[in-house]
This record gives sequence, structure tokens and C-alpha cells, in this order.
Amino acid sequence: MTGQATRGYWAVEVRPAPGVGDPMGSEATESLARQGLAVTVASARTVLLSPALGPDHVEAAVAELLADPTAEVARITAPGDAPERSDGTLALHVCPLPGVTDNLAAAVREALQLIGIEPRRITTARTYLLQGKGLTAEQAVAAALRGLANDTIEQVVAGDELPFHNTPEPRRPVRVEVPLRDLDDEALQRLSRDRTLALTVEEMRTIQGHFREMDRAPTDLELETLAQTWSEHCKHKTFRGEVILEGPDGTTTYRNLLKETVFGVTDKLAAPWCLSVFRDNAGVIEFDDQWGLSFKVETHNHPSALEPYGGAGTGIGGVIRDTLGTGRGAWPIASTDVFMVGPLDLGPDETPRGTLPPRRVLNGVIAGVRDYGNRMGIPTVNGGVFIHEGYTQNPLVFCGSVGLMPRSFVEKKAEPGDVILAVGGRTGRDGIHGATFSSEALHEDSETVSATAVQIGDPLTEKRVADALVRARDAGCLRSVTDCGAGGFSSAVGEMAEESRGAEVDLESAPLKYPGLDGWEIWVSEAQERMVFAVPPERLEECVGLFKAEGVEPTVIGTFTDSGRLVVRYGDTVLGDLDLEFLHDGLPRQSRRAVWAEPAGEEPAAEADAVLAPADAILALLASPDIASKEQIIRRYDHEVQGMSALKPLVGPHHDAPGDAAALTPVPGSRKACLIGCGAAPRYGTIDAWAMASCAIDEAMRNVIACGGDPARTALLDNFAWGDCDKPEQLGALARAAQACHDVALAYGTPFVSGKDSLNNEYRVGDETIPIPPTLLVTALSIAQDVGHLVSMDLKGPGHSLVLAGVTRRQLGGSHLRLVSGVPAGLSVPRLVPEEGRAVLHAVAEVIGERLALACHDLSEGGLGVAAAEMAFGGDTGLELDPSAAPFEGDGDDLHARLFSESPSRFLIETSDANAVIALLERDGVPAAVVGNTTDGRALDGPGYSLALDAMKSAWLGGLHL
Amino acid sequence: MSVKAIVLRSAGSNCDAETVRALDMAGADTDLVHIRALAEDVSALGESSILCLPGGFTFGDMVGAGRIMALELRTLLGDALRDFKDRDGLIVGICNGFQVLVQTGLLPGWDDDTRLALTLNASARFESRWIRLAIEEGTACRFVAPDGADPAGVWELPVAHGEGQLVAPEGAVDRLESQGQVVFRFCGAGGAPTDEYPANPNGTPGGITGLCDPTGRILGMMPHPERHVSFHQHPAWTRRGEEREGIGLSLFRGLVDAAR
Repeated sequence: MTGQATRGYWAVEVRPAPGVGDPMGSEATESLARQGLAVTVASARTVLLSPALGPDHVEAAVAELLADPTAEVARITAPGDAPERSDGTLALHVCPLPGVTDNLAAAVREALQLIGIEPRRITTARTYLLQGKGLTAEQAVAAALRGLANDTIEQVVAGDELPFHNTPEPRRPVRVEVPLRDLDDEALQRLSRDRTLALTVEEMRTIQGHFREMDRAPTDLELETLAQTWSEHCKHKTFRGEVILEGPDGTTTYRNLLKETVFGVTDKLAAPWCLSVFRDNAGVIEFDDQWGLSFKVETHNHPSALEPYGGAGTGIGGVIRDTLGTGRGAWPIASTDVFMVGPLDLGPDETPRGTLPPRRVLNGVIAGVRDYGNRMGIPTVNGGVFIHEGYTQNPLVFCGSVGLMPRSFVEKKAEPGDVILAVGGRTGRDGIHGATFSSEALHEDSETVSATAVQIGDPLTEKRVADALVRARDAGCLRSVTDCGAGGFSSAVGEMAEESRGAEVDLESAPLKYPGLDGWEIWVSEAQERMVFAVPPERLEECVGLFKAEGVEPTVIGTFTDSGRLVVRYGDTVLGDLDLEFLHDGLPRQSRRAVWAEPAGEEPAAEADAVLAPADAILALLASPDIASKEQIIRRYDHEVQGMSALKPLVGPHHDAPGDAAALTPVPGSRKACLIGCGAAPRYGTIDAWAMASCAIDEAMRNVIACGGDPARTALLDNFAWGDCDKPEQLGALARAAQACHDVALAYGTPFVSGKDSLNNEYRVGDETIPIPPTLLVTALSIAQDVGHLVSMDLKGPGHSLVLAGVTRRQLGGSHLRLVSGVPAGLSVPRLVPEEGRAVLHAVAEVIGERLALACHDLSEGGLGVAAAEMAFGGDTGLELDPSAAPFEGDGDDLHARLFSESPSRFLIETSDANAVIALLERDGVPAAVVGNTTDGRALDGPGYSLALDAMKSAWLGGLHL
Repeated sequence: MSVKAIVLRSAGSNCDAETVRALDMAGADTDLVHIRALAEDVSALGESSILCLPGGFTFGDMVGAGRIMALELRTLLGDALRDFKDRDGLIVGICNGFQVLVQTGLLPGWDDDTRLALTLNASARFESRWIRLAIEEGTACRFVAPDGADPAGVWELPVAHGEGQLVAPEGAVDRLESQGQVVFRFCGAGGAPTDEYPANPNGTPGGITGLCDPTGRILGMMPHPERHVSFHQHPAWTRRGEEREGIGLSLFRGLVDAAR
């Protein structure tokens, strides 16, 4: 902060008016108390404006915009002046670091234009006025950094001298060549590491050879483009590589793991209702004759670990852009979110260095999804929370997006001569790793420093892009569309250039957040909220007009060609000229060794599983965070905007019971519905990856089928989150899980239509790195013909029978019963039998189709005990439960296995015609029996126990402490 | 006679499509128009008798919910809006639209100097849930007829907002009540207004969550009637027997009837 005038700005501090509550202040008081700081906090919002503004302008800005005349009071401090503070008050300001998105400042700038005020510079801060005895600035800043701010993106300033920088001078990018020709392997490896290209020696040698042939050195931009395009993130090298798997049954060779498993099954099934699979930003299936549904789930793990709010927000923002960038544009109609984090009671002192406490991570990611999703006007309809110590240092954040599009827009193709139009946010150094910064000395306090891989999302810009995009699409202005995700322009333009067979770009026209970027930085920046379109030249003017009408900045950055080359210029300077074929197909294939072994270890004795009496076990399970109510999260999301919601995440007479899947009626006037459900079984993953993956698929399927989905019209999404696949046992587990996807999907007849993998999630303990539990999230998208035939899981009233469909086996390995009983996980994880599972899904769908089910719920974590309890308290209906008649394989008296085993392929069905239901199920080869009767009592009654509905519900409602 | 309606959107509006749908279901001929486009050609406003400000997060709710769109309305459409009002046009603001109406001063009334505010919920959190609404007896609002409501006179609608707590200068609430400007209050199952969470999800005093101007032609409300126009939108429809229309549609029908 050297060299700038003291308080060279107008400061406007806005506080709640006297008598109006200050909930933000109260929250800050509590938050600092948790950090050991006993103070009273008043909150304020500070806006800093350029000193050149006249006092009348500042007063007008305050009166018209910055403060509410009734609910707020504003204090204006002139440039150079210090605000008066009462004795004992310490002011803390949380300011975005230079280069970090400041949505408030952007909105203030736009609004002030309406009244003719255009300050050169605007910045903002959250201000906290602390009152407390013996308070030092140092203590306060330290506590604030833990409780009120995140130093990845923000700085905390004590006192009233805030940072207010000037914009740096513009600088013209130049062509920089990187000599490669004579480098040996060691030097190549060093170059890859120093520039964080993340390329292997073999890949570097391939690049070296390519440029030797052309008799020149690559430019920095060319190297960066190759590194981005060939990255694990973009190319899925591990998954698409050769895997030689050694196991107890001998050796299996996958020439291309993905093609032979997840893709392969979709090819084999060749479902005509799959409109686009694995080739676009999302998979697309048929909804009806006119409409298609797109679906994609992404992970945003690493950013969310560093800055949960920004990481999850940009995660959901990114997957929504995948929807917008599918075909020539789909309209996002629903979002999903699944979070996997460490145990929530881990305190800051118990959390490893450099890791945020799990509870803070969870709250941050929830707030990030909330603010981005709500502001986009997209309902967040389905999700889950999974707690496991293995996720403490590597939390997993999965964000999904469902889109609706006319089928005529599924196909896209940029043509030579089409204009490359970039829209949305401006480009900065966002997402470019600090280590790759140009060597030019950067000033610590300069705005050009944005050495952060994490950003704050800007949902308003993305909403405007979405509104403009569908209008431009419908007007026929767009020939091809894609979003800028990883790799920014380089991958967006690079991918679209494949359609036309070439592109020429001039980066000089790209709008920048601030000057001073190198050419390659503009090219690979991962700045959010940007998209790229191919626009026929004759439609350009109309297209630009449509975007401008929404307040979006459209810029022509080049032309698609058929030259076979990707040419990037800055004005007249050629910064890169790459052969497209080499860029996309030059990557050498990998071959890796993988191993797997039957799980080793010990299975606990049956008596150990019976330490808790059934009633106690049910209450403990209901209060276990994975199972407990997620209402506190769900209610922070708008899950009904767009008005399509037909089965909400919370169902039952009091709108607080756990629905299995979300249902939407996406086309007005049509009774057709789509259903979204998910499944994951991370506790089985460390024991057996095949079992984990197959159970995840079955759970996702059960969730949509239980609500009335059609198993013959269900598509799946895979999201693998894994450890370091250079380790043969990790890769072996991955191959086994991928094989499970193939085997189960083939038996079920349910194709995978899209997926994503996130590898290298490892954490360090001492000298060792430990992988996260092998994790597969499966999301299912299903169609139902008539919304009126959908079923919810809450019991509907007394006098009905409860039928259990499917076989229960003693499969308590990795179960929640063992978790809450303090028993080791053991080995006996559920083993899905694919043919059996298929029969159950189809038979239950038939029962629902025949309108025989009053309620239906799948059995998952906690087994029959938990599912029956949820149905009873969820429907405010008593239940007599006797599992002794249920189809069971094993020791007949094994009550704990009957109640809490997590065998897949099972459902509970409430019906007034048990005979018909059982006859239908048995006809399809599914064993079934009546296991209960609904009553007008207020309890779940089992052999030897009675649990009040209220007791179960309060255990369940109170289990998750955010 | 066809009733023309405009749903007016701005950057960040997001309940626009379903609001258009609800008005059309109620028999209106509805256009979705961007505020900047309307400012360039205000003639559409002249032909319409209903102006609806939908929900959403205009300008991301930055500075304060609805504040920037209100500034747009005042600076870009001020005169046209006054003409519309003077022609006895009907205006409805839902959720963010209500916040905009309050910020422009259209509520509690353009000729009333009282400035109200809708501020952060008492919980300090955005909240999405279904609530019950009682229609105020003797309300001046011209298009809220309690027909179709359940026997207790209670409407079930969802709310989804973070800033819905009414803040009014001293004495203002009494005046609003005496002039019939209160339209809706959060209530319990029996229809009695409530201050208690969660039946009153935002802590607004007396449960007040719908207001009209003294003429009864301008209505603002936090709950979302456009999200309960059909049977399957209700969170417990699987328990409700025969299919019937959603109660929210009666508001739009009342609006179209009043415009005829």
C-alpha cells in the first residue's frame, strides 16, 4: 500500500438503522465467539468511490442507491478524512483481493450510470465494527480470518485505511518462443514442472518431435494450449488409456478402459431415445417428440477445499454453462448437489494444517450453491451429504444441471467463415496458477495479482448470458455453442475448430478485466461466465443486438476456417499456429498396470452387530448425519422456481419427509414428468470397488423407480472421484468400478449418457499419501408418462399393508449399523446380483404403473429399519412392523440383519391390495411378503419395541448440525 | 374482451416464464418484455391493463433486494408508469417484484411519503417453504377474492426469499391497516395471523406479507401465487385426492376480472 494517497477515496458506510435488526452483526458476533473472541459486532457495507467525484454526486448516489431511507443509515467520509469511531470501537473491513470478482461493485457501477454518475473506480468491503474489552487489532484480524473471511480471496484490514488501487498501464503481449530442440528428458521434465504444464516426459518428447519436424520452437501459447488440451481434465488420459488389470481371476487388458466399459455399454444398448451421448458438454435424451433433456454432473473439488463458497458457486456456474453449451443451447431447469466432507465435529485444532474444518467447508459450499443457483433462477432439487474421514482433506463437491431443449437444437456444427463470438464476463488471470505467472515482477498490492485458482461466481452475468443465448438460438443466430471451462478460450475455440476444421483468433479484441496480461494468459484464462459461439456472418448484427439487449458484452474474436490450423494472433503478431490434428490426436496413449485383490481383513462376529437393541439402533441411525434430515440445506435453496416441481425434495403432510427423487413437469400443458435421483456408497468403496459402484447405480435407479420412473426410459451419469491412479491398486479399483458400470447398466438396460472423473484426490499423513475412498456418484434421469401416477414415500394412512419386495441377505459390511454401533466395517458389503436387480426394478415399476402403490420407498442406508421408520413418521401414520416373514437368505433369527442389512434391490410398498402386489412381483420372479400394517397409532411397533413417531422424527430432524 | 398483460423483466428476473403462464391460464394475453426494450418503446404499456413484476434476483439483489430495478423503473419509465397508474392500470409485484414496488415507492402509494422497506429475514437466511396465508378482512385490494380458498379462508403458497421482513416507520402499520392496505398475512392452520417461525418465515410484524396501495390497484406480495396454479405443484398432492386447480390461480383470475 505504498505510494498511494492516504484514504484517497470517498467512503460510504451503510448500517442498519437504529431499531432495525442487524442479523449479519449477530452472526458475526457468534462466529467470532467461536474463534475465542468475545466482542459485540455491528455490521455495515462499505463502498469506496473515486475521489474525483463531487460531493453532490456522492450524496445523490447514497440517496438514490446506496442506502435505504427507512431501514439503513449511511455515513459519507470525504477523501483524506478518517471516519469518526466511538471509543473502544475497532473497525474491520473484509475486502476482496485484487482481481477477485466484486459483484457488488459491478452492480453499483451499472446502477449509477442510470443517474449519470460514472466513477473511475469502485470497490467494496464488508465492514464489522467490534466492541470489546482489551481488543487488539492483531487478535481481531486473526479471528476474522478464521471466522469471517477467507484469505484465499479476501484480506482483512483493521482500522480505516482501505486498499484502493489504480489500474496498471496497458502492455502489449509479445511472441515468446520456448526452445525445446536440444533439451534432454530431465530438462523437458523440468520445463513441464516449472511451467506447471503437468505433461509427462513422453508427452514432452512428442511435442519436441513435432516442432523439430517443423524446424522451429513452440511459443509459450502453443505449449500452454497443448498442455491444456492434453490435460487429464480434458482428455481423461487414465480412463481412455490402456489398462492391464491383474487380479485373482487372471489378467484382463482394456485397450481403452472407458470405451470398453462405460461407453461400451451405451453402444451395446443403442437406445434410440438417447439423442447425444459422451460427445457434447452434456448427454441428451428424448423427453417427447419435440423436446430433449440434457444432463451433466461435474465435480469442483479442489477449489471448494480452498474456498468453499467461491468453489461451489463457480462449480454450479460451470455445470450450468455445460447445459447452456449443449447442442446449440439448452435451458437449465434443475440443479443437483452432492457434498462429501469429513466428520463435522472435527475442530480447527484437529483438522490438518492447510485444511478448513469440515463444517466450515460444508456451510461454505451450501452457501455457494444457494447464492449461485437461486440467483440463476434454477431450482436445486436433489442431492445428498456423505460424511467420511477420508474426505477431510479432499472434500468432494458434485454439481449437476438438467436442461430442456428443442430436439432440433441437439446437433451443432461451426462452418468455415462463421464468426467466433465471445460473450459474458471479461478475461483476467483467474484460474491461472500462480507459479505460471510471467516472470515480470509483480507488485504485491497491484490489481494484476490474482494468483488464485479460485474465483467468486457472478451469477448475474451468467443469467444474462442464458437469457440472451436462448433468444439468439431460437432466432437461428447460433451454429455452434460451447462454454469456456477448463482451458478457457483455448479449449472452447479448440474444440469448436474441430467442427469446421480450423480457426483464426485475434486476442487483441478480447475484453479484459485489467490490462497487463500475456497473450497465453488471455488464451488459457479460466475466467468464469464466458461462452463462445459460431455465428454465420449474415446473422452477426442481429445476434450482437440480442446479447446487448440483455446487457451482455459480445465480442468478435476471430473466424472459423477450414485450414486445419488453430492460429492465434495479437493484432499482427502471431502468438501460435498449431496443427489441429496434432493438437487433438497427437497425444501418445498411456498404458498402465493395475491390480486388484479380494478384500482382506476380518468380518465381525454376528453378536457384535447386535450391541444396540433394535429401537436404539433405529434412533441412532436416524440421527446419523448421512441419513438425517437435510431440511436445513434444502430450505436454503429455491427448489421450486420455474414452477415445474411435481415431487419436491421434502414430501408428506408436513413437507418434511425424505423424498426419493425429484420430479418435474418441464413442458407446460404436458403431463409427462422427468425424475432425478442419485446414489453413492462410499463406505463400501474401500472394501470392494465393484460392490460400491454397483450399489451406487442400483440406489440411483431405486430412487427414480420408487417415485414412478420408467426403468426402460432411464439414463445414468457417472462421476468417479478417485485417488492417484499411478498406484496400481487405485487403478485396479477404478477398473473394477468401471466394469461394474458396464455389467450393471447392461443388465438393467440403462445407458450412461455422460460422465466425468476427478482423479488424484490424495491426502498426506506423515510421509504417506492416502487416497480418498474410491467414490462413484451415479445420477439417474428417468421419464414418467403421467405426473398423476407418481408416488411419494410417506405412508398415506391406517389400514394398509406394507410389502417388502426383494431379498435380504446378511450384508452388513460397511453398513451404517456398524458405523453407529462402533463395530469395524468388516467385509460383507452388499453384492448386487444384476439380473435380480433388473427384475425388482421392472416389477416395482409395474406395481406403480398399475396404481397399486400408495407409497413406495427404497431401502438404502440403515436398511429396512430406517426405511420403515421414515415412511411412518414421514406420513404421520403408525406402523406395525414384523420382518420375520420377509424373504431372507441366512440365519432366520438374525433380526439385526433383517432390519439393518443394506442389501440392494429392495423396496417397501404401501398398498390396500397386498395380494395383487405380491402376485405381480412374484410373477416377475421377485420374492415379496407383507412385513407390516399401517395403524392409527402414533408409533412404529416391532417385536419387543415401540418407537413413538415424534421421537423418531426429532432424532432424524436433529441429526445434521450445520 | 381480451385483457393485455405485461410481465416486465430486467437483468436477473427469473420467475418470468411461470408468471406469464399463470396470467395466460387466467385468460390474459401476456407479453414478456425487458425493461430496457419497454423504455425504448412505451406504447406496449399503453395497450395493457396489467403490469406484473415477477420474482427473481434483479441485479443479484446487490445493494438491497429490488433496489436497482426500482432505480431503473424510476429513471427509465417514471412518466409512463405514472400514466399507466393514472389510467387505473393494475400492478402486481411478486417477491422481488414486491421489493421493487416498495423501493420505487409505488407501495404504500405514490402519493404517500411513507417509505417502507423489506429487509433481511429475522433468521438472516434465504428460506424456501410452503406457508399459509390469510386474506385480510376488508382489504382494499380489488382482485383478491377469497373464493376457492379452503374453509378456513387460508391459501397455501410457497415463499422463497431472503429479504421479506417489513420495516415501517412508527405508526405506518396502523395506517396501512386502517386504510385496508394490508392484503395478506402469514397465518397458522386455523387462519390466525402469526409472528412465529416457521409459519411466519421471515419475522415480518403481524405476519404482513402482502400490501396494496390505497386504491387497491397495486399489490405486492412475498409468496408466489404463480407456483401454485396447478394441482401437482402442491408439496403434498399425493395425499390430496381429486385433482383441482391450485389456489394461486384465483389471484390471477381476480386480476384479469378486475381489468375487464
